Amino acid sequence: MYRYDNYDQAMIDARVAEFRDQTRRRIEGKLTDDQFKPLRLKNGLYLQLHAYMLRVAIPYGTLNSRQMHKLADIARKYDRSYGHITTRQNIQYNWIKLEEAPDLLAELATVEMHGIQTSGESIRNVSADQYAGAAADEIMDPRPWAELIRQMTNFMPEFSYLPRKFKIAVIASDQDRTALRWHDAAVKIVRNAAGETGFEVYAGGGMGRTPFLSFRIRDFLPAGQFFSYLQAILRVWNMHARRDNIHKQRMKILVHELGEEEFRRQVEEEFLHFETLGEDFPQAEYDRIAAYFAPPPFETGLSEEIDRSDPDFALWVDRQTVAHKAPGYAIVNISLKPIGGIPGDISADQMDIVADLAERYSFDDLRATHAQNLVLPHVRKSDLYAVWKALDEAGLGAANLDTVTDIIACPGLDYCSLANARSIPVAEKISERFAGRETELGELKIKISGCINACGHHHAGHIGILGVDRKGTENYQLLLGGSGAEDASAAKITGPGFDEAGVVDALEKATDVYLAQRQEGERFLDTYRRIGMEPFKEAIYA
Amino acid sequence: MKIITGNNLKTGAVIWWDGQGWSLHIEDAADVGDRGDQILAVEDAACRVNGGYVIDAEKTAKGPRPLHIKDRVRAYGPTVRADLSLKPADPEAGSWVI
Repeated sequence: MYRYDNYDQAMIDARVAEFRDQTRRRIEGKLTDDQFKPLRLKNGLYLQLHAYMLRVAIPYGTLNSRQMHKLADIARKYDRSYGHITTRQNIQYNWIKLEEAPDLLAELATVEMHGIQTSGESIRNVSADQYAGAAADEIMDPRPWAELIRQMTNFMPEFSYLPRKFKIAVIASDQDRTALRWHDAAVKIVRNAAGETGFEVYAGGGMGRTPFLSFRIRDFLPAGQFFSYLQAILRVWNMHARRDNIHKQRMKILVHELGEEEFRRQVEEEFLHFETLGEDFPQAEYDRIAAYFAPPPFETGLSEEIDRSDPDFALWVDRQTVAHKAPGYAIVNISLKPIGGIPGDISADQMDIVADLAERYSFDDLRATHAQNLVLPHVRKSDLYAVWKALDEAGLGAANLDTVTDIIACPGLDYCSLANARSIPVAEKISERFAGRETELGELKIKISGCINACGHHHAGHIGILGVDRKGTENYQLLLGGSGAEDASAAKITGPGFDEAGVVDALEKATDVYLAQRQEGERFLDTYRRIGMEPFKEAIYA
Repeated sequence: MKIITGNNLKTGAVIWWDGQGWSLHIEDAADVGDRGDQILAVEDAACRVNGGYVIDAEKTAKGPRPLHIKDRVRAYGPTVRADLSLKPADPEAGSWVI
């Protein structure tokens, strides 16, 4: 993985010193809350319902054991011994004290981590495939490109005061594990007929109040023009965004209002300007970054055999492991969705255990996923049983990837000051209700948001749930038919909302319709797309 | 009744105006009538509260209960982590929120 050079480290250390001074001045009353708020947000420090919350960037979801151990130390020392994996592959702490935040950030900086650009009107943590460098279906590791974006955009003045937040994803396989088309901009690395590497470029996606899927703005962008084109997109948005209306500031609104063709025309015009300058990223810089992502020294001649005599282990292998590009290896998904548990939460002790497993069994490599799980990307198949045993003993052995109990949920009204309703209790109740039915229901992605901001990705759920405030009472809308994968689509609301118990009942009725109507091999989403909304509505509102 | 809440500037902890100062416990919250903005102006200027605001609450036998669920969650803590609430030993405390 990428390692900071002296320049990277100096910038992060300088930011910590700067924030320490800003915090001191705030506590001494020399800065007002209005003055201080944008400064703390630039370092990922929010004020939530119960305390300050720090969101720590995990660039493209990749971290090593030293970093994970430090995250565990921080959870114990500065928080309440746990953290929460977010839907942008980050981690956040819920109980931070402002007076301790500079010390916390200084400790984070010792392991090349920070909270910069995890908040505010900035380019947020770049998403990438959590299986990068391991996936059997990728054409190359997408992370050097994600790291290039990080380096070219962090602290860049042009991108410091964007109209609104801006989210980017990078993948290199046909299977999309990043919710690519729900991003403001995204690239899929491809090869053309001549074997040249380039990018399919997407623009204008986003969830929130007004969900839009991005459109393909370029079919093939040569690799050497990667950053110029991205910069052209950002520049068109930066120039024309609706800064007068917070609900219309995201780029998706500009794309919608201009239309895809006009937006593309303006981007291409801006891009031509960059081409005349002949400037993009230096190839040597890409090569320097890419060297950090060289494949680990995979052993050869390993056995593909897995002893499946333990049925619980066999089930876990079937659900939680994925094909690896190197013979004899597997990708291991670690579920942070124990039955009845809080999606994405992980204790400090569990962080240490996972870090140790990464160091011992996965070339010191660990990933966070946007679905709020973790990944050990490179595990020998002969080590899978030992890994499973260790995970299971730590309460991390759930076998439910992409099933009804692998639920994405935002923190909701239990933690978040923006939320209108609690998300976690709904997730817990669904998990308890459907525990043991994962095989019966197959792939079923349930995503829950506690407000219209959609941090829980409800628009992209096969079944989505949106919590709203109805006259001071929590109310939950049910949505069907969304996807964040390569078959992306926006979910549609079924009709009137429900109370907490009612929405779980309604969800079960929807799954009953699926079971009754499904054809051979169909997932819930496939059946919904084939038969439409009406049969579900009839059952849910009968 | 009208009560005042906010967050402790240094720690971020949820606090309630008790008539003399700030308490971690909503049971201590005082009815400030129409003096809320006046109190907040003084306390904010002195950096004794961050993001303070006045809310409506009802009087109950157990003390003030905010009318809005968001402030009840703030008063209690995350409903999904009773162990992190101010009353971890009281199994009924969470039911007060909903």
